[in-house]
Amino acid sequence: MAAFLLRRLVYLLCLVVVSTSVAYLLAATQLRPRARYEGRNPPPPVAVVDARLDELNMNDKVPVLTRYRRWGAGLLRGDLGRTIDNQPVNAEIGRRMWVSLRLVVVGAVVGTLLGVAAGAYGAVKQYQLADRVLTVSSFVILSIPAVVLGVLFKNAGIGLNNALGFKLLYTTGELTPGMDPWSAAGLVNRFAHLVLPSLVLIVIAVAFYGRYQRNAMLDVLGSDFLRTARAKGLRRSQALIKHGLRTALIPMATFFAYEFALLFVGATFTERLFGWHGMGEYFVESVTKNDINSVAGVTLFVGVLVLIAGFLSDLAYAALDPRVRV
Amino acid sequence: MRVTAPGTPLLSVRDLSVSFRTEAGLVRAVRSVSYDVAPGEVLGIVGESGSGKSVSSLAVMNLLPGHAEVTGSARLNGQELIGQSDDALSAVRGSRIAMVFQDPLSALTPVYTVGDQIAEAILVHETVSRGEAMRRAVDLLHTVGIPNAAQRATAFPHEFSGGMRQRVMIAMAIANRPSLIIADEPTTALDVTIQAQILDVLQTARRMTGAAIVLITHDLGVIAGIADRVSVMYAGTIVETGSVDDVFYRPRMPYTLGLLGSIPRADAGERQPLTPIEGTPPSLINLPTGCPFVPRCPMAQDICRREEPGLLPIAGREPADTQRAACHFKDDIEQRQLTSRDIFPAPLPSSDAVRSVPREQRQQMLVVQDLVKSYPQMKGAVLRRKVGEVRAVDGVSFDIREGETLGLVGESGCGKTTTIMEILNLGRPASGHIAVLGHDTARMSGAEKFGIRRDLQVVFQDPMASLDPRLPIGEILAEPLRAHGVAPERVSARVRELLTLVGLRAEHVNRYPAAFSGGQRQRIGIARALALEPKILVLDEPVSALDVSVRAGVINLLERLRDQLGLSYLFVAHDLAVVRHIGNRVAVMYLGRIIESGDVDEVFDRPAHPYTQALLSAIPLPDPHKERARVRIVLKGDLPSPANPPSGCRFRTRCQKFANELTEPQRQRCIDESPALLPRTGSPDHLDACHWATAVEVL
Repeated sequence: MAAFLLRRLVYLLCLVVVSTSVAYLLAATQLRPRARYEGRNPPPPVAVVDARLDELNMNDKVPVLTRYRRWGAGLLRGDLGRTIDNQPVNAEIGRRMWVSLRLVVVGAVVGTLLGVAAGAYGAVKQYQLADRVLTVSSFVILSIPAVVLGVLFKNAGIGLNNALGFKLLYTTGELTPGMDPWSAAGLVNRFAHLVLPSLVLIVIAVAFYGRYQRNAMLDVLGSDFLRTARAKGLRRSQALIKHGLRTALIPMATFFAYEFALLFVGATFTERLFGWHGMGEYFVESVTKNDINSVAGVTLFVGVLVLIAGFLSDLAYAALDPRVRV
Repeated sequence: MRVTAPGTPLLSVRDLSVSFRTEAGLVRAVRSVSYDVAPGEVLGIVGESGSGKSVSSLAVMNLLPGHAEVTGSARLNGQELIGQSDDALSAVRGSRIAMVFQDPLSALTPVYTVGDQIAEAILVHETVSRGEAMRRAVDLLHTVGIPNAAQRATAFPHEFSGGMRQRVMIAMAIANRPSLIIADEPTTALDVTIQAQILDVLQTARRMTGAAIVLITHDLGVIAGIADRVSVMYAGTIVETGSVDDVFYRPRMPYTLGLLGSIPRADAGERQPLTPIEGTPPSLINLPTGCPFVPRCPMAQDICRREEPGLLPIAGREPADTQRAACHFKDDIEQRQLTSRDIFPAPLPSSDAVRSVPREQRQQMLVVQDLVKSYPQMKGAVLRRKVGEVRAVDGVSFDIREGETLGLVGESGCGKTTTIMEILNLGRPASGHIAVLGHDTARMSGAEKFGIRRDLQVVFQDPMASLDPRLPIGEILAEPLRAHGVAPERVSARVRELLTLVGLRAEHVNRYPAAFSGGQRQRIGIARALALEPKILVLDEPVSALDVSVRAGVINLLERLRDQLGLSYLFVAHDLAVVRHIGNRVAVMYLGRIIESGDVDEVFDRPAHPYTQALLSAIPLPDPHKERARVRIVLKGDLPSPANPPSGCRFRTRCQKFANELTEPQRQRCIDESPALLPRTGSPDHLDACHWATAVEVL
């Protein structure tokens, strides 16, 4: 087992190196940081721009492989270079990743749990009213773009505040400026900021995971071992949860691990709408700003996340399914 | 512990009906079934697939899917079970009524250890500590005969063989000392020697708990040995019931008569044609009024079509007699003492013209000599390397002469299918020789192989899977003809001829396989094999997927075709009774080798190898008197892995003779020296591979 996991780790590391390199080369050849300076009025002298771009290792007059080598050398020292605004990428990612984590962790955990529950329930009640309601509402939610859903929730929150006459839920940022983030009042304030964006993430996750979990559960429902469990004297609900759901979770482990990791940088619209300056926002901004090092840095970050997710899913699979433990 | 007074039934089922609403219509799976089970007795319920035998028991346990509509009553010690809440019933299930299911592979949850699953059965009903439950689970595993129970309790179901898993199921069933165990086809998926082990364990379980058993099966032999009473089900209802002796020796419902007459007997020396029941069981959707057996019953009269007979006592019997039959003519059958041969037209015994010529003078159709087939065992994901090999077939030799049937028998994993695949491959074997009609396959050119395939055809086991569902049967039959260049104007006539030959109607040529029943599809499979007028047919378990009542028809057809067309058969089967019936010669395989071969009657009547003896002794006979009097040789353990076979004699690890009779120096010879296949019993044609062979009568 240990040998198997080690092999997987090496394989995933190679994957990260390849994907990051490809991302860097693509960004370095396709993005044009120079345009940022050329567009200014009056345009700065070419020599000044070149010097500035050289400093950032983004000068398109330097051969791309030279720049890649220089970036790679920095990477080996643990330095992801500087953003186009001449800030260290490390610091930027270091700050933003926690913002993202604080935003998505509640949404992801609650969304997954509710999604599993909704999917399993829908499967057990297949073709009955509850299942049909869940199915229809899931498809409605999945067909609404995340940005629209975000706006709806934001407006609902504002409407609620207006109706109450005071600000119960906040719609921007993660903390009211000036508050002590770790005091009791600060934590309540954080929570009031977190409710609306989390709801958006939860609703989407429930709709999405629920569909997958329903199918996985349906595969298990007809199993003979469920009948055996009931023949032993377990009630239907006990048998369904202990023997049915437990087995139906196996194929979902991989799926959840990857979805979790990718939500880190995938909650772009929610971050932007609710004014959380996280990784998703960073990624979109770095592309629009022609910020080569940031794009490469975010890609590396995602790559490492996928690596961790892959590793975790293998571990989870082995933990859930004794048949793969050899 | 008997909680009811003698005479009071433990379980009393009255007018139980189950129906399912489907898109095709209302399926009336069980129709007004009533029966009683007395404390401690064994009631056998026999029926073919779709007869409602499993559904009726699941209904008692309330384990049917939600859309099943159940009416009627089932009382356990007076307590009503039908219509109770899941909570109320879950207190009964597993504690007072336990179940053992058919397929132990899927009946255990794959993600929990077997110890946990047995302990769970205890914990649901009793407030004991986990440790105590686990300790009892280990005891139970020990009781049902699992070696190293403490260690094996921590293993997962996939680490157990089929027989071992079924033992686990039984351990789970007896965990709370139930007063009733419902065993639903408990041995159907198992090999015959493993079946004998499991039936043994079931008997032990019954002795230990004093539980009554409802044994549901399609195998009349299994019932004969252990049941006290039998109920025969057909089309969702009980058509005959009574004591085992009454039902087996004095059946009064034509279906029961036909069923008993249609099973081949492993102990039948003189071969009589089986009495097949024509047709197939009816669909349970929109069942017509009247007796459901009418379309297949030669005795049917107008009254049978008008009204369905009730399950009534037979006239003229003692008042205490418990036999009941659902037939308008049951009293008539009783008075005239009719047997299955009187009611069902049996085909005339076929002529043995070809086989009257002495064997040595007949042509050798197929010769296999020292055939070896091995599969490499690979290791490593990236750099795969060979770490060993599995010899699935290890030095097999036999020959088939004109007009005869060689039955190749053995349990799953013995290499019989690999052997026939090597023959059909017509390639160069890794070692050894195969000669078809005198041509060595290793030296054949592509064109020769194509030609020889006309003479060597195959019928597969599963008639559902071996016919292309998207081709009309006419096309299926025409395909081999076209492939071998039969003139187009001849093809259509030949197809019709073939359909008639196998007992199907020529006008059905445009129907698709889905329109035919299992037995009919197997006839199509046989017709396809016969299209090119082959000389040799390889039959791979041709009747094992068929229902009991249609099996006889296909067996009779195969016999008739062999004698009519002068064919030779290589008949692969695990069912020894079928082989005894149709075979002329038999070869028994164990772990890739033939361990005994010879004339069928010789081998069945005087088996010399301990494995053959055990195999024959394990076959349940549909004859209660014989069955009760028999002493079974029950083999220990499972088949060893072919990747790592025992040294010397491969059977010695399970051999009853090795374990009980041999002296130490004799045993050493079994360990050191692999016995050759030689005549040891006096008859030059009867070969066996046992150093200490002695012919014994087992059946």
